[in-house]
Amino acid sequence: MTDPFELWSYLAEEPLLWLTVTLAAYVIADRLAEALKRHPLANPVLMAIILIAVVLTVSRTPFQAYFEGAQFVHFMLGPATVALALPLYDNLGRVRRTLLPMVGALLAGAMTAIASALGIAYALGVRGEALLSLAPKSATAPVALGVSEAIGGEPTLTAVLVILTGITGAIVATPMLNAMRITDWRARGFAVGLAAHGIGTAHAFRVNSTAGAFAGIGMGLNAMLTALLAPLVIGMLF
Amino acid sequence: MIQNIALLLLFQLGGELASRGFGLPVPGPVLGLAALFATFIAVPKLADRMRETTSGLLSHLSLLFVPAGVGVTAHLGTFAENGLALAAALIVSTTLAILAGVWAFILTAKLTGATGDD
Repeated sequence: MTDPFELWSYLAEEPLLWLTVTLAAYVIADRLAEALKRHPLANPVLMAIILIAVVLTVSRTPFQAYFEGAQFVHFMLGPATVALALPLYDNLGRVRRTLLPMVGALLAGAMTAIASALGIAYALGVRGEALLSLAPKSATAPVALGVSEAIGGEPTLTAVLVILTGITGAIVATPMLNAMRITDWRARGFAVGLAAHGIGTAHAFRVNSTAGAFAGIGMGLNAMLTALLAPLVIGMLF
Repeated sequence: MIQNIALLLLFQLGGELASRGFGLPVPGPVLGLAALFATFIAVPKLADRMRETTSGLLSHLSLLFVPAGVGVTAHLGTFAENGLALAAALIVSTTLAILAGVWAFILTAKLTGATGDD
């Protein structure tokens, strides 16, 4: 029998442990969401994050040590963003027919996302790096991190704010839009994708495939617009 | 499958090189998305060949956000200081953005006659 401390230091050094923990936590969270009949509050991303945070706290593992292992999963965000070209291509006909509504929704949604986040946080006393980190929160993670860095925010804080935005959008969208009796899946999906990026898109795909496709388009277009708008808005305000 | 993954990485790499090389505000993966979309229009066969790989990757999109999300544990200090304000800004702003998007979409669709789905 090897010394358990030696065994632990081996595991803590290798990506294997935290990669396994990440996938296992996600599988458990997804099963749990299924068991809870996909209730909006039972968001698999949120539950997986809580599970892993508990494991890290109990094992006294710093986030950086965890991320070294889990970065293989994180890395796939880039190729997944590129892969969104396919749902976009598959919906080319619909995209052509709804080009103007998408442009209208994109401009209104992107401006609202950036301006209202900055306005509310500023009114509540948030200043400096934390405020700037908030501006690109509705854009997909790889984009938001780049924007945050460019405007003087703190990219790791932006990553967290982006994830929380996605979770919020995925939780809020379905009950709210159902209550408002909005039945246009194109409008619903597009708005969720632009406001809540990949997590909103993942949620939209589970609710309705048309909504999912339009969410993917909304997310891709908002990523480009946020990259252009956020530095402009920040430049005007500060 | 390996060919398809290599293609995705190649488009991402091209996007990163263009974004960084020319100092563009649009991030590399988004440029890669746009380039791959244009390639699909030019070569429709490629879209069919890549379908299985891309839909496999996209059906597990949620998982890919988990590692960065765990980063919340590294920012508990910022959240202790600004937590309520940041949470209020996130929740209200995300809700408003969804509403603005939905309403603008439906309004523009009505004005331009792009109503109904196929």
